[in-house]
Amino acid sequence: MKTTNYLFAGFGGQGILFSGKVLAYKGLTDGKNVSWLPSYGPEMRGGTANCSVIVSDEAVGSPIVSNPNVLIAMNLPSLDAYENSVTAGGKIFVDSSLVDRKVLRTDVDVYYIPATSLASDNKMPKLANMIIMGKVLKEMGEFDNEDGVVNALKKVISAKHADMLEINLNALKIGKDY
Amino acid sequence: MADKVLMKGNEAIAEAAIIAGCKHYFGYPITPQTEIAAYMAKRMPKVGGVFLQAESEVAAINMVYGVASTGTRVMTSSSSPGISLKGEGLSYLAGADLPALVVNVQRGGPGLGGIQPSQSDYFQATKGGAHGDFHMLVFAPASVQEMADLTVKGFDLADKYRMTSMILADGTLGQMMEPVSLDYEVKAPIEKPWAATGTQLKREHNVINSLYLKPEKLEQTNFERFDRYKQIEESEAMYEEYLTEDAEIIVTAFGIASRVAKNAVNMARAQGIKVGLIRPITLWPFPKQAYQNVIGKAKRIISVELSMGQMIEDVRLAVECKVPVTLCNRTGGMIVSPEQVLESIINASKEVNA
Repeated sequence: MKTTNYLFAGFGGQGILFSGKVLAYKGLTDGKNVSWLPSYGPEMRGGTANCSVIVSDEAVGSPIVSNPNVLIAMNLPSLDAYENSVTAGGKIFVDSSLVDRKVLRTDVDVYYIPATSLASDNKMPKLANMIIMGKVLKEMGEFDNEDGVVNALKKVISAKHADMLEINLNALKIGKDY
Repeated sequence: MADKVLMKGNEAIAEAAIIAGCKHYFGYPITPQTEIAAYMAKRMPKVGGVFLQAESEVAAINMVYGVASTGTRVMTSSSSPGISLKGEGLSYLAGADLPALVVNVQRGGPGLGGIQPSQSDYFQATKGGAHGDFHMLVFAPASVQEMADLTVKGFDLADKYRMTSMILADGTLGQMMEPVSLDYEVKAPIEKPWAATGTQLKREHNVINSLYLKPEKLEQTNFERFDRYKQIEESEAMYEEYLTEDAEIIVTAFGIASRVAKNAVNMARAQGIKVGLIRPITLWPFPKQAYQNVIGKAKRIISVELSMGQMIEDVRLAVECKVPVTLCNRTGGMIVSPEQVLESIINASKEVNA
């Protein structure tokens, strides 16, 4: 019996909700129970955005994640807001191109990925979210089933945007191999 | 069974309605339910239906009245302040015995309130919702799957009893995505000999009306309607019981609050506390039997609500005050945490075992 609570947080427009969907669909294709809950206030028009994703072997109870096992902080306000809510032994992934401080917690595993710089270096400026997701998926063991990751991505990218699949996959791989 | 897909609760309601044969949607945008209208705008033209963004909530509910008069499946959706605007129309639908589906994805109130999730329209939904003696069937989904399932059921029962079915959801359920299966066997629509569909010069006119100037006739109509309500109360109440068998403390909650409550029940069970959950699925008819079953066994009931305590009154009536009922709540768009509910359970456990 295993439940993992993820919290994705960053600016509106960074693709926070999209990354959460990739993870939720990966869980679904693996036959897990999942929930995906976005913040839906005025923040979606700018400011902070966040998204709770739960992937579980059991039925998901409350879809609200207040103590994540895994925090993905795509900017400094998100790290400031949620660092202390992460469970002991949890993981924090930080976009170190936008966050200029270190994580203060010593009881969690921390991964610094300069996702935004990697994205612009690789001429995919809007895909920092997918680069950091690549690292998350690898560290969470999700890339053990690479086909599952590809299938999840196919579900999230609508048929209309099918030409975006390859570049998203490339972004995931940059993060995975970082 | 078809593959499950991830859908938002709002989208699941919309797609389920289309599967149930709803061909007419009238609405006016309001957070947090606008995805229903957006989905309908995209889908309705493809299934030969009508999506119309009305000039106001009042216009939308009266368009619903018009279509319902023809016996055609029809719906509208809104969120708390918008539902208040529809109040007059809801009463007219009841007075004219018309079937319709109305969705309320609740947000914090009163007034314009906020846009975060709430359950503070419980009184409005279950005690009539507007002027006059009437009820609506009120369904309280607790998952995206139930958002869809209860929409289909809501249409069926609305037709069967010629009344409004309301889906009483909240912002969380509307916005969240979960896996959902929309694999329904759709029943053939029932005959509606009362509908105003044209006489073809073969029958008397059917009159759809809610005005009765003779009080004797209006009283008689109300008596007959309440006979129907009595039958519904006896046969249509739905609820879920979870670990209630040996429970000395019962937590009760509906909708999103029930999911938080279930987490807390599991946490308390892990500490050895005998606690269970009663989750009403229909709020009207209220599932009184579920509560009567625990009289003499449970020593305390905790009503967990995202309001200042509204369902708690029906819980007290159901147990006839034979079990003390206390409130654990947040309001105004805030959501109870499992830890807050757990604390209430632990305190109750200490008190009943003192």
